[in-house]
Amino acid sequence: MANIQETIAKLLPEATFEEGDILMVNVPDAKWHNLAKELKENKDLSFDFLVTIVGMDWTETLGCIYYLTSTKHNTHLSVKVTTDNREKPMLHSVSDLWKIAGIFEREVYDFFGIVFIGNPDMRRLFLSIDWKGYPLRKDYDESADLNPVTTESERQSDFTDTYVETPDGTVEKKEVRVFAPEDFVVNIGPQHPATHGVLRFRTAVDGEIIKKIDVYMGYIHRGIEKICEKLTYPQTLHFMDRLDYFSAHPYHHCLCMTIEQAAGIEISRRAQVIRVLMDELSRIASHCLFIGTYCMDLGATTMLFYTLRVREQILDIMEKTCGARMTFNYECIGGVMQDLHPDFVKDVKALLEVLPKNIKEYNKIFTGNVIAKNRMEGVGYLSHEDAINWSVTGPSGRASGWACDVRKTDPYSIYSELDFEQVVREEGDSMARFKVRMSEMEQSAKIISQLIDNIPDGEYCVKVPKVLKLPVGRWFRTVEGCRGTFGIYLESNGDTKPYRLKIAPPCLPAASVVDHITRGSKIADLITIGGSLDYIVPDMDR
Amino acid sequence: MFDFSILTEWIHSTLLGFMPQWLAVTTECVLIGLVLLLTYSVLALFYIWFERKVCAAFQCRLGPNRVGPFGLLQSVADMFKILIKELISLKHTDKFLFALAPYLVILASMLAFAVLPWGNGLQIINFNIGIFFLIAVSSIGVLGILLAGWSSNNKFTLIGAMRSGAQMVSYELSIGLSVLTMVAFAGTMNVVEIVEEQSNLWFIFSGHIPAIIAFIIYLIAGTAETNRGPFDLPEAESELTAGYHTEYSGIHFGFFYLAEYLNLFIVSGVATLLFFGGWMPLHFPGWDGFNAIMDYIPSVVWFIGKAIALSFVIIWFKWTFPRLRIDQMLALEWKYLLPINLFNLVLMVLIIVYGLHF
Repeated sequence: MANIQETIAKLLPEATFEEGDILMVNVPDAKWHNLAKELKENKDLSFDFLVTIVGMDWTETLGCIYYLTSTKHNTHLSVKVTTDNREKPMLHSVSDLWKIAGIFEREVYDFFGIVFIGNPDMRRLFLSIDWKGYPLRKDYDESADLNPVTTESERQSDFTDTYVETPDGTVEKKEVRVFAPEDFVVNIGPQHPATHGVLRFRTAVDGEIIKKIDVYMGYIHRGIEKICEKLTYPQTLHFMDRLDYFSAHPYHHCLCMTIEQAAGIEISRRAQVIRVLMDELSRIASHCLFIGTYCMDLGATTMLFYTLRVREQILDIMEKTCGARMTFNYECIGGVMQDLHPDFVKDVKALLEVLPKNIKEYNKIFTGNVIAKNRMEGVGYLSHEDAINWSVTGPSGRASGWACDVRKTDPYSIYSELDFEQVVREEGDSMARFKVRMSEMEQSAKIISQLIDNIPDGEYCVKVPKVLKLPVGRWFRTVEGCRGTFGIYLESNGDTKPYRLKIAPPCLPAASVVDHITRGSKIADLITIGGSLDYIVPDMDR
Repeated sequence: MFDFSILTEWIHSTLLGFMPQWLAVTTECVLIGLVLLLTYSVLALFYIWFERKVCAAFQCRLGPNRVGPFGLLQSVADMFKILIKELISLKHTDKFLFALAPYLVILASMLAFAVLPWGNGLQIINFNIGIFFLIAVSSIGVLGILLAGWSSNNKFTLIGAMRSGAQMVSYELSIGLSVLTMVAFAGTMNVVEIVEEQSNLWFIFSGHIPAIIAFIIYLIAGTAETNRGPFDLPEAESELTAGYHTEYSGIHFGFFYLAEYLNLFIVSGVATLLFFGGWMPLHFPGWDGFNAIMDYIPSVVWFIGKAIALSFVIIWFKWTFPRLRIDQMLALEWKYLLPINLFNLVLMVLIIVYGLHF
């Protein structure tokens, strides 16, 4: 940590530092782009992975916190860039350095109105283009009259804005076309069976070949970050299973850990084991669903039923213990809501018994099929560099040879004591993404089998004050969700409610990268690639 | 074996007894039309039920089991529902072509029914270019699909129709060549004579290697011709929502739906005719006792049974394989099936010339 601090201090003497769980650098906006370039390209630093950009409103100033990770040195850094101008806030874009920053910056623009100079596409990301105000600003006017529910179709625009800095220092706004006038644009979604939710791809095609895709998000944006600012800490937990609704446990786990770390609550070993068991069970269930729906996207409908059998079995286990099959609300601050059901161990063992047989069956019916091979092998190639550049984490990133499993790189809970392998493949195509998930189910089963006989006794939930107040500060934690690295940024001003709760979902980069890897492929490949990236729309839209 | 021509002759002579020739023929035509329509719809209903049951069995489900015994009346209920649905007319479509398209599709499959060998003497028309007629009329279907895709004024349907056009034109070649192989073996295009030729042994056995190759190619190409999985690209629901028939509703959609199932029956029926003896019972030369027992099963049962068994295989494909991509599908036809087929035709001719068949 000190080493990074020295290097940065040498590069940029006016930078100031704040200690915290992750070192924070304060940088003036004018110097930020140069420093970012150094951070990424300097061999000693090489912060090549942009985890997220947190937009912030500190009432006097607006700004961004960039969370960076070096995949080479496994070090973390955060950079704070602020602006005083609340009327026309502007910062410099880093979208030329980290590709994913282009999307993250659009999100910040959408919620805070901060314009990024140099970003080629400054449209709103989630809200409609006629939305008035920037909802996550503290002075946002929430009255319903300002943004009435409209009965007319949302206005669409074929243009986007970009802001360019001229050599004399002024900033110019330019209008740019998204598609060329002669393009044949097919609208895929928001109501389309293969987009896995309400996501919309505006696809310019030449015959069956894709020329460009404009990903249009926000159809299921519910403003969870905004809602969370008005709720007490235990209440915010309930929104975590409305994000990735197929595998809610890891997300709960992340927010619980962040709040517990902030409040200094130590949870019992039993609760930790239960949480890890639930995480891994939901990972198996989620990957099962992935395999089923992915095969269905490719036209093999029967596989869906075979994989759903296993998922049903897991959901039955969950139902007995958590009382629900989808939105569990099981993990809470201090541990878990209630103790394990008496049948839990027996049921999980039954599951472990059938799982290897089922995986063998899946491989027999689908993985080895010649049509499946033709459809997936070499389709949607994502290189190692691009995976990092676009922050595509989770199984999709690991299929490109990027060892990005948070359970291994930054072990949380009891993962450091467990014996399992991080599944990494080098091919980077759709087949690799499929196979990584297949192998991950085996690894999750391995973790469960290590724990299921050794669930320690003890209390499942420690006593937590009824009214929970966190000390002033900021925390950023990541966990390995079923679809990739899931991060929670929490800032507290000492109140019972979070000052800012930012969710960094894995599916937003996964959907953003679709344009990059589908260019030049066939329309049918779009379905293959989209399916293999396994994004969940409520997760990216929040 | 009961010869159905006795029955048809009797109807003909009875009618002639009290009406002139022209009226008798007209009455017969109307009767045949009615019977054809009835068979058509009953078969379609059966096939819908059959596919749902087979698919359910593959997917560890029960399938329809509430309406009627074994859910047999489910498809009747579905048909009734589809009949009372509104026909939605869309703005900015070519109204005439839009309405015409489903009729063309269904017409093609109905015409093909005319030459199928339903039973001993049970055939609508018997003429010397039966197979040729069959291939010709089944090509009309693609016109309906192209019209449907074009007139809907929708990008998805247009892509679906274009895919369908490319697919059907390509696979028609394979169908034609494998049929030609068998016609060369039979030495006639007359459907009745082809069946008679197989009275000792079905072609799949007597033609051995080239017949089996032709059968496999025919089955693959036939699956593609009917737009069924793994070749269901024109209506790939995960890509194009429903392809060329996306904009259709009510009975117009029902026509496409019915035609798909009837095409399945026709493809299986033609395969039965060319490779499995049509209505001819399973005979082996020399096994007189066995042959006599086989003759007790009515010829209609033989034909429909064989066709359904072949349909089962095609349904099996659909519920097992993922879908091909358009370029892979075309590559399969032009790079593999077509050369193999041409080679196979030469092989068949050599075998006929040197008398190497059974």
